[in-house]
Amino acid sequence: MIGNYFTAIFDYKIDSMEPILSLSHLKKYYATQKAVDDISFDIQKGSIFGLLGPNGAGKTTLLRMITGIFYPDQGSIILDGQPFRPSEDISKIGYMPEERGMYKKMKIGEQALYLAQLKGLSKAEATEKIKYWFQKLEMESWWNKKVEDLSKGMSQKLQFVVTVLHEPKLIILDEPFSGLDPVNANLIKDEIYALAKKGSTIIFSTHRMEQVEEICDHIVLVNLGKKILDGTVAEVKQSFKENIFSIETDSPENISDNNIFTVVRKDVNKIFVKINDGNNSNEVLSHLINNNIRIVSYNELLPSLNEIFIKLVESTHSTTRAFQNI
Amino acid sequence: MHKIWLIIQREYSTRVKNKRFLLVTFLMPLLMMGLIFGSAYLSTTGIEHRTIAVIDPNGFVKNALKNTDQIEFKFPENIDTNNYSKNGYTDILILPKFEKNNKSDYILRSKKSMGLMLQNSISEKINNAIEDQLLQDAGIQQNTLDSIHKASQVAELKAYEDKGNVSKESNAGLAMGIGYASGFLIYITLFIYGTMVMRGVMEEKTNRIAEVIISSVKPFELMLGKIIGIGAVGLTQFALWIVLIISLTSIGMGLLPADIQHQVTTLQQSNGQMGMAQASESAMRIYNMQHTIATANWPLILSCFVFYFLGGYLFYSALFAAVGSVVNEDPQDAQSLVFPITMPIIFSYIITNMVTQNPNTPLAFWASIIPLSSPMVMMARIAYGVPSAVSYWELALSMTLLIGGFLFTTWLSGKIYRTGILMYGKKVSWKTMIKWAFTKQS
Repeated sequence: MIGNYFTAIFDYKIDSMEPILSLSHLKKYYATQKAVDDISFDIQKGSIFGLLGPNGAGKTTLLRMITGIFYPDQGSIILDGQPFRPSEDISKIGYMPEERGMYKKMKIGEQALYLAQLKGLSKAEATEKIKYWFQKLEMESWWNKKVEDLSKGMSQKLQFVVTVLHEPKLIILDEPFSGLDPVNANLIKDEIYALAKKGSTIIFSTHRMEQVEEICDHIVLVNLGKKILDGTVAEVKQSFKENIFSIETDSPENISDNNIFTVVRKDVNKIFVKINDGNNSNEVLSHLINNNIRIVSYNELLPSLNEIFIKLVESTHSTTRAFQNI
Repeated sequence: MHKIWLIIQREYSTRVKNKRFLLVTFLMPLLMMGLIFGSAYLSTTGIEHRTIAVIDPNGFVKNALKNTDQIEFKFPENIDTNNYSKNGYTDILILPKFEKNNKSDYILRSKKSMGLMLQNSISEKINNAIEDQLLQDAGIQQNTLDSIHKASQVAELKAYEDKGNVSKESNAGLAMGIGYASGFLIYITLFIYGTMVMRGVMEEKTNRIAEVIISSVKPFELMLGKIIGIGAVGLTQFALWIVLIISLTSIGMGLLPADIQHQVTTLQQSNGQMGMAQASESAMRIYNMQHTIATANWPLILSCFVFYFLGGYLFYSALFAAVGSVVNEDPQDAQSLVFPITMPIIFSYIITNMVTQNPNTPLAFWASIIPLSSPMVMMARIAYGVPSAVSYWELALSMTLLIGGFLFTTWLSGKIYRTGILMYGKKVSWKTMIKWAFTKQS
């Protein structure tokens, strides 16, 4: 009852919020391929959104359209309730591309200042904000260094600062943790949470599914230019569950197939069973109890995003292959 | 507009603050002067010495073959082609008996072949001797001949160009010099600054900062900002060179002895009418040089130079930027792609060399109108005077076409650039680049 009440409030909160970004029927075709083929989705304000997909799926093209680098062939982008106008809205967006770099010979402070001014900040504002962020991420001593003197991880940190410096409403991070050690990765992760809390929306593009599971609220999976999955992480996991339960017990050898479930795999003191259609998890439990099997733990096994990702990507590939053969 | 300004500032200040820029700016004029004086010095000291044995059955040639620093003529007995080198001679010159109405060749044999200049000077001496002998045979006295020679060396051609009622002294040598120098300067700077633009674009692409920046500015703004910024670096360099040259010459003038300086000033005041007697030879020479330089229309030449430098630079640097944007890490790609751009520059330079001598041929006209070559060729023609060598409408047409030309190349390159700068790992040809330019893209 109380749970329902809370979800109701939660649902209400989400429904009432306008999406910060709304893509509808976005298309971008190249001479040889359909890079983005009719993709639509919404991103809620203040959420951390995962854009997933294998290499060459069309993620980068999609992100470049959202950042105004490319114009879509068809479809519309609504940013913050208004049709997206690349030249004016650029300051609302912070984009950290996957292929990113800096001017090697330029001093780090000057470089950050330059990039911040290009985003529309005045020199004084930019200086103040750079100082704030450099202090926060322990980078103050870097101001007069050159980028060529930085390690890859250090320049990654600089990239991040430059991306979020102008307090954009929408922050797009393409593989933000690549090349970062765990300490710095955590540092950045905490900043991402803090930014989302303050009201920024974060689009997070990566191949690292364990990070997505940890960080993201909502995900979209694209492959071959099409959207093949859209939902919250919990919803997606639920929808891909296969009714497999793990049973921890000291006598797994006493459990075997029956009309309620089928054994999928056996370990030393663990057994995985798949519930047959028409039965539920309680029936499994009562069957085990009736058979005097001592249960240590009983859990539903939800698929990891990694498994879902691989499964979906492989199936879309095989359908295209099948089509190509015709 | 504000963002383009930021880009221009960055491009300009990172280059001008660079130590290499200052080094090049101050060393280049010194290096040029060093080169000129150095080669002059080498040409006077590094000469070989020759001793030539002459067999002369005529007798009259002997007086004409005077020894110089380089050549010593000797007239030994019993010498022939077999033993001249054993006897310490480097060459042997065998003259036949010269007769009237009879062309007969003379022969030079050497162990080491003789340079063209030396050969010419020897044959000139001999031919003059023959001419003199023939004139004397015809009854002209030696002293009459000498005075004729002297008189013919004194006179010199003074050319004037007519502008309405006013005749202005013109100087073809100066025009040629200015035309050549400005053409050459534009040629060199097109290469230097064009490649600077290309390398800058390549740097942004290979450092992968391009995508970060064009998420803030339009690709076209980034390209244009770079081109303008580097162009401003070029103008700064020219300005510094002019200041440097003027101050160096005035320092040089200041170092001259006081009486020569005084004489030069007097010559200037009297418009050169002071006369040979009062002025020393060096003062006269300095005055003449100044006088000749002053005959050129410097304000026109300088402003046209700035215009054609900028026009040519904008025309070509946009193309260089386009090439830079499609090149991947491999610099070899750049070399083959840049070839169609460097070819017209080199051709224009060759044409310029011809035009400095003949400013009014059809080739000179067309090459100075077409924007591919006009920056260099038109400068060579302008040196001969406007409107006497280049009429106003030609100048206007050439300038208009150049402006149109660089607008076109900038537009073309902008289209190529926006696609190229984000494309990695693909080898691109000019054909694909042109295709990008003329199909509607993102």
